[in-house]
Amino acid sequence: MPMTEQATGAHHPQPRPRNGGHQSATVEHVTGAKSLIRSLEEVGAEVVFGIPGGAILPAYDPMMDSTRVRHVLVRHEQGAGHAATGYAQATGKVGVCMATSGPGATNLVTPIADAHMDSVPLVAITGQVSSKAIGTDAFQEADIVGITMPITKHNFLVTKAEDIPRTIAEAFHIASTGRPGPVLVDIAKDALQAQTTFSWPPTTDLPGYRPVTKPHAKQIREAAKLIVAAKRPVLYVGGGVLKAGATAELKVLAELTGAPVTTTLMALGAFPDSHPLHVGMPGMHGAVTAVTALQKSDLLIALGTRFDDRVTGKLDSFAPFAKVIHADIDPAEIGKNREVDVPIVGDAREVIADLVQAVQAEYSEGHKGDYTAWWKDLSRWRETYPLGYDEPNDGTLSPQRVIQRIGELADADTIYAAGVGQHQMWAAHFVNYELPATWLNSGGAGTMGYAVPAAMGAKAGQPDRMVWAIDGDGCFQMTNQELTTCALNNIPIKVAIINNGALGMVRQWQTLFYNQRYSNTVLHSGPEDGIAEEGRPSGGTRVPDFVKLSEAMGCYAIRCERPEDLDKAIQEANSINDRPVVIDFIVHEDAQVWPMVAAGTSNDEVMAARGVRPDFGDNEDD
Amino acid sequence: MSTKHTLSVLVENTPGILARIAALFSRRGFNIDSLAVGVTEHPDISRITIVVNVEDLPLEQVTKQLNKLVNVLKIVELEPGAAIQRELVLVKVRADNETRSQIVEIVQLFRAKTVDVSPEAVTIEATGGADKLEAMLKMLEQFGIKELVQSGTIAIGRGARSITDRSLRALDRSA
Repeated sequence: MPMTEQATGAHHPQPRPRNGGHQSATVEHVTGAKSLIRSLEEVGAEVVFGIPGGAILPAYDPMMDSTRVRHVLVRHEQGAGHAATGYAQATGKVGVCMATSGPGATNLVTPIADAHMDSVPLVAITGQVSSKAIGTDAFQEADIVGITMPITKHNFLVTKAEDIPRTIAEAFHIASTGRPGPVLVDIAKDALQAQTTFSWPPTTDLPGYRPVTKPHAKQIREAAKLIVAAKRPVLYVGGGVLKAGATAELKVLAELTGAPVTTTLMALGAFPDSHPLHVGMPGMHGAVTAVTALQKSDLLIALGTRFDDRVTGKLDSFAPFAKVIHADIDPAEIGKNREVDVPIVGDAREVIADLVQAVQAEYSEGHKGDYTAWWKDLSRWRETYPLGYDEPNDGTLSPQRVIQRIGELADADTIYAAGVGQHQMWAAHFVNYELPATWLNSGGAGTMGYAVPAAMGAKAGQPDRMVWAIDGDGCFQMTNQELTTCALNNIPIKVAIINNGALGMVRQWQTLFYNQRYSNTVLHSGPEDGIAEEGRPSGGTRVPDFVKLSEAMGCYAIRCERPEDLDKAIQEANSINDRPVVIDFIVHEDAQVWPMVAAGTSNDEVMAARGVRPDFGDNEDD
Repeated sequence: MSTKHTLSVLVENTPGILARIAALFSRRGFNIDSLAVGVTEHPDISRITIVVNVEDLPLEQVTKQLNKLVNVLKIVELEPGAAIQRELVLVKVRADNETRSQIVEIVQLFRAKTVDVSPEAVTIEATGGADKLEAMLKMLEQFGIKELVQSGTIAIGRGARSITDRSLRALDRSA
């Protein structure tokens, strides 16, 4: 058996691949581990985030020699998973993370679930104990295929070396096509160690996987008819439009029809925030205009979106007057939550491009919608209920202003990654998103701790662009260890800790719904100091000291507590590019996220601010 | 309207596929009435017959979610009028010299079979639709049922058409 990796005598010609592409000239005689690395090179995986360990160890030996795959050694597997997600969201490519068996694999569970909820193309590669030991409760054994079954688009257990290239090709294909999602490939250690052959491309075999991308022409015509007949249409745009790269098409459709556009939390940047047709983000903390536009609409043109409960509020009172055109690449989303008048299965880019043509055809026959009265309402709501916030009157920093200024002082193509909570909603509101793939966050899963590792992944994928993580002090304490990874691997992200000393969003709910009993939401002091005092300024301890902590991890770190220091601090951070920068913004602890639709209530009950119910002129006869 | 629906699901004969399907049903909150699985005339394809008790709209979700499983090749709902549905039961009935002949008579009435006899019991094998088997079991109850085992429903469409044809071609193309 020849052991050379580039055997010249290719004596095992492989069958012609079904999926095209040219056959690599040679069949390489390699280990399973080497065939894994070769496969990753061939599918174009540029960066892998991971941590080695016993079962995956064979793969790390050939990894060391690869010049095409960069491995970033993270500090916790969760960081690897979110980094791969951030990389995928910022680049549109498949993100890759790697971990060993058992606890290494189970630490990937949260980011995999997160990627599943947000339809992120992710391939997670895990080592597994030797195939003969599977099922024996061996050291570091976990049934990660069983564990991740409900949170992956698909997963594989590979026990034979010869199956590795085909499985990797299939995993990348499944992850990146149709509705994207995470795919896990669990590879037994003996398969990595065994001798096998490698040639590329392998023959893939997925007879049960046929995503539909081309929309049905009849449905498109029906949709166009509804659009021109509507009086109060809304383009309800979700993350699928970003994933499909359909933002240019969306702009054409919006400007052609003149219909208002609302982009969900997952779709910020799919349509420029500054565009006059943009009415803001819908949902629980959506702009009053966007929420109300959906409620009063007579036609929802839902594109790549899934009627999530954070958007619809109480489902049976959501958009009660609206007919629904629902286009999605996943047929199971259509009609799942809301009955649909015109279902369209297809890739958002093709759907929108076809809709543009169909609407033009309607126009040429003299059918054109008149939305003048609708815009009169929309404009009035937009003028009366803009997004805004009150500055604290005690001289402390307003978290909203901090975030707004970061957005205003950053480069135009800056990528933002947020954690989950108040700071996430403020970042959604007060940064202007003009470009696709500039806003990364954990929408469906709501994973605290997402921001730092996701920003790291984004920066690794877009090294020439500014990347700001906008994080809360709660989130930051979950995954800040990846700043060490950033510092050591030349991934100079910038982190804004919006530090209010509390789990702010939970605290907000305690303020509103639990009689200001702040049970276990105060982070910067112990239980004896946790009792709320009326009017107490942001205080508490400096435990942990985020500046010292960040400095210890190799970052440049500063603290900013006064409004007059705000711009200087941000500008200083923006000027440093040789290492990660962390700014600890000590902000007012009582700031709240508004507007708000309380959980389980109707979107008709949207409150513009605490105790302020907008007047929509419901009783007027316009 | 909540009714019983019979789904024939063609799947790739790969390890774990039954777990994927069962887990999908439980996590989406769908109840399975019965489930039967076996290989088809093509060794690479298994056929799972699932009887679910759901309304029409959730049924559509069941089908769509099943379709998203990568190893699922095809799903067909078999309408009761256009399909043959069968279950198998094996039932051990208490019997003595007095009752044995009565039991055998019932067995014959339902065109079932006596497959084992001992001084205290008779074991009966019966196939048929759910209604017939239920009726038979009701008749046997009076003697005392010692043990009962039932298979899930299996079903096949009437007529010459086969639901496996096209899936087979898809599989051949990819091979």
